Amino acid sequence: MPPPDAFPVIRDVGLTGKLVSFADSFSESANRAALAFRAALATQDWPGVQETATSLTSVFLRFDPLALSHAALDSHLGDLLARADWFAAPLPTGRTLWRIPTVLGGLHGPQFADAAQAAGRDPEQARADIATARVRVLTIGFAPGQPYMGQLPPAWDIPRMTTLNPQVPGASLVVAIRQLIIFAGPAPTGWRHIGQTAFRCFRPKADTPFALTPGDEVTFHEITPEELADIAATDETGDGGATREALT
Amino acid sequence: MTRALIVLRAGPGVTVQDRGRPGFLDHGLSVGGAADMLALAEGAALLGQSPDHAAIELAGMGGIFQARGNLRIALTGAPMPASVEGERIAWNASHPLYDGQKLTLGTALTGNYGYLHVGGGIATPAFLGSRSAHLQAHIGAPPGDAAVLPVGDDPGTETGLALDPADRFSGGTIRIVPSVQTSRFDAETLARLQATTFTRDPRGNRMGARMAFDGAPFTAEGQLNILSEMVVPGDIQITGDGTPFVLLGECQTTGGYPRIGTVIPPDIPRIAQARAGDPIRFQFIARDAALAIHRNARAHVETLAPRPLVRNPHDIRDLLSYQLIGGMITGEEET
Repeated sequence: MPPPDAFPVIRDVGLTGKLVSFADSFSESANRAALAFRAALATQDWPGVQETATSLTSVFLRFDPLALSHAALDSHLGDLLARADWFAAPLPTGRTLWRIPTVLGGLHGPQFADAAQAAGRDPEQARADIATARVRVLTIGFAPGQPYMGQLPPAWDIPRMTTLNPQVPGASLVVAIRQLIIFAGPAPTGWRHIGQTAFRCFRPKADTPFALTPGDEVTFHEITPEELADIAATDETGDGGATREALT
Repeated sequence: MTRALIVLRAGPGVTVQDRGRPGFLDHGLSVGGAADMLALAEGAALLGQSPDHAAIELAGMGGIFQARGNLRIALTGAPMPASVEGERIAWNASHPLYDGQKLTLGTALTGNYGYLHVGGGIATPAFLGSRSAHLQAHIGAPPGDAAVLPVGDDPGTETGLALDPADRFSGGTIRIVPSVQTSRFDAETLARLQATTFTRDPRGNRMGARMAFDGAPFTAEGQLNILSEMVVPGDIQITGDGTPFVLLGECQTTGGYPRIGTVIPPDIPRIAQARAGDPIRFQFIARDAALAIHRNARAHVETLAPRPLVRNPHDIRDLLSYQLIGGMITGEEET
């Protein structure tokens, strides 16, 4: 395990992958560094690099080791890393602010009270915390288009549950470790189910099948279950009543 | 009449697969595609066409298919008993399947994934550049009985060719290289990984394969505090109960379990094709050795050279079907 002062660090992921990590625990600056470094990689055009992607605090590269040697790629990456203070880099341009209608608690968020208690917040405080939060899409992963959004205030640094939810619905809102996820599809999870949206993260039939991009920002506009039912019944876009506004 | 392959009977393990959808990791979508990419290349070689064509993947169980229009087919991957209108035909070979003829494939004799290729490829609509069903991502679905799968234009005419593929259908020694958390495992644990004979567990699918074993769980330093990172097919995750789980093409894109190593790409089909109970051993090899194997494997795929089916005495029992077919695709097929 690299010591904390070793970051950023370049590591192998098998024979055909590299991982450039800016931290081994989440921090806002490391997330920003990963987004900025990947944006810089996209302009490099190194032959043999086939794909890049960010996770919470790292950039992954898939490459052809027969076209670009491990040593050459390590060297390229080292040079690019040395070129800027990536932790101080600005967020990428072309981002979007989403305002997503959401039902909190009740049957649509059966673990809301439990989550509030874990966070040491009374239900009204907890409701206000989520309804006023403006979180950033930190990464997309696990399932197609599925966003990990954060960070919530420190009180919400609550662990995942040791017993899994057998299944939360698609478009549900879940919370743990100061982050929120809108699930791409129905799935088991250790995160607490606190709300429900009609927002489809992955839209296979749409021109833009992946709605969200890392760096986008999201707020949750509280609605009633009846309003959600109306939206779900009429929405054909997958936006689930969300509005969007260009940032930058 | 548009040429097509009609699915008369097929189980839930039958899907359309090609080389998958590389390039969408940043959107949370893993590459997917054929579980045995080598089998996909072998089918393409047998039909003299690009390995980009989509084929039908059959997991374990076979199926019954019928030609609409005259088709060329090839059969690769896990060998299955195959017959056309009751006449036994050879596996790892190309054959004609004439308009109205029925092809029956039985349960795999060894291995997991058999492939049925057609000249011109399965031409179902592509999504994000691929026709592959990605079941975890809810992209595509098993076609199910009575589905009519369109077939692309086929400029080729030749059938009656065969290949002799390397056996990859019963486990064996899997070559691995370090992954992100390999250094979190101590030397004794890494030695034990390589000294243990695992068996492919029945729990597994296109996402990955669990490796059962007798002995203490494998553990890594600080394994509960690992931030979720990008994972790749071939990664060997040590799951919560200390058991290795080898990821395959339809894995999730990120994971927080420690990875003890990564299977080199040429050995991934051997993991996918190992069936429950087959023995698996892992062996770390040096990067240079791994690169040499990777290079040779790529060269092998690019130079696959089918031979005439009739020359091999093993194929003699198929001679009748061979003689019936030679060069009889007439070009009169409607498209």
